[in-house]
Amino acid sequence: MIEIKDIYKSFGDNEVLKGISGKFEAGVTNLIIGGSGSGKTTLLKCMIGLHHPEQGSVEYDGREFTTMNFEEKIEIRKEIGMLFQGSALFDSMTVEENIMFPLNMFTEQSRKEKLERVNFCLERVNLEGKNKLFPAELSGGMKKRVGIARAIAMNPKYLFVDEPNSGLDPKTSIVIDELIKELTEEYNTTTIVVTHDMNSVMGIGDYILFLHEGKKFWEGSNKEIAHTDIQELNDFVFASRFMKAAKGKF
Amino acid sequence: MNFTNFGKYLLLLKAVFRRPEKFKIYLKAIFKQMDFIGVGSIGLIAIISTFIGAVMTLQIAFQLVSDFIPKTIIGSVNRDSSILELSPTITAIVLAGKIGSAISSEIGTMRVSEQIDALEIMGINSPGYLILPKILAGITMVPLLVIMSMFLSIGGGYLGGTLSGAVSPAEYIQGITTDFNPYTIVVALVKAFVFGFIITSVPAYEGFYVKGGALEVAQASTRAVVVSCISILACDYIVTQLLL
Repeated sequence: MIEIKDIYKSFGDNEVLKGISGKFEAGVTNLIIGGSGSGKTTLLKCMIGLHHPEQGSVEYDGREFTTMNFEEKIEIRKEIGMLFQGSALFDSMTVEENIMFPLNMFTEQSRKEKLERVNFCLERVNLEGKNKLFPAELSGGMKKRVGIARAIAMNPKYLFVDEPNSGLDPKTSIVIDELIKELTEEYNTTTIVVTHDMNSVMGIGDYILFLHEGKKFWEGSNKEIAHTDIQELNDFVFASRFMKAAKGKF
Repeated sequence: MNFTNFGKYLLLLKAVFRRPEKFKIYLKAIFKQMDFIGVGSIGLIAIISTFIGAVMTLQIAFQLVSDFIPKTIIGSVNRDSSILELSPTITAIVLAGKIGSAISSEIGTMRVSEQIDALEIMGINSPGYLILPKILAGITMVPLLVIMSMFLSIGGGYLGGTLSGAVSPAEYIQGITTDFNPYTIVVALVKAFVFGFIITSVPAYEGFYVKGGALEVAQASTRAVVVSCISILACDYIVTQLLL
């Protein structure tokens, strides 16, 4: 479980996060949603330590992260897997080398054991046999799946996913969403997905935290999101013509 | 502003020299960088050094037209100039262009494509993993390239001088073997060591803190070469002042 309390973050005079709190449970898919510039990615980066919040705390199963020193943070980070918006695969390495990289760095496994783990992860994301391809040879959806395979290689307790569906067609988006949900339930990970994709929200949003202009406006599940009377949330959820037309059917 | 950058550079170096996560992986990366920085630059440095040696001999011969000055001096001047100044400095400046821009753009591209963030999230000390092998390869391979450059520059002088008739082979060889001070080699290697550090660490710093996209990576690459060249010349003066 990850708990954030009263997170504040500014860039110069621009106050991006204004006192965000929330609790993200293990085994369920937690979503942080909001419009562009609402502070979703900044919040995610504060949670994983890529940004340092001016105020507030981030606790990983009761372990306060923001006040840890470098070595302590590294121990927490070994329990974290992350899928970046652009996949962030190491472009000079093959798919196999990308997934094996954290295993090489932090385990004493034999090459055979590591290869078995790589093949298992690739199988898990339906990319068997793609070991020797380079990231430049993969499609956007395949890159995301390799990113997920790399993120789960070390059996993470916490899985962070930044905009998993950006740049993907609707069918591939659903495959990625389903995969994230399956992995979360199968390994009981604390999964946090940052998205503004309404298909993801309605499909896998067990717990949803809605941000607007750097503040938490609403939290709940995908079953509740269509039945609120919060104007900002309704403007976000029912922004598209399709969602407007389907409003009464939720 | 420059003091801020210098402070950030020192803090980055502090992070670079943290204890590596796994020596075996770092060792592999060091050998890879040694191949890139050292072996990959042999051809370029060989050509440049040979021609500079040849041109130096012709110019010295052109300027020393007095009957009171023996022609053997051409070899001596070329030897000392090559060892003390031309080989270390020209090699370093050429490498700053070739290696520096590559290092800066490699790390800068990794920064803008979130690959460095990915390393950090995995719990890897990204400055150490990305920069330490480059610095260690730089401070070992640049002195070796400079030694090679010294021999080729003096050899180039021989070829240039004898083929043009500016100096006879016997006079040139007598010149390069007379009054040789081995301390000049020490000075040159100290310079090469310092330059090797600058050539790798300055571009790495420029690339590591890139923000933006392709344009910013290109600008950082240009800045890396300019700052490296100025730093090399400034350090050249300081080391020369301190050691001679």
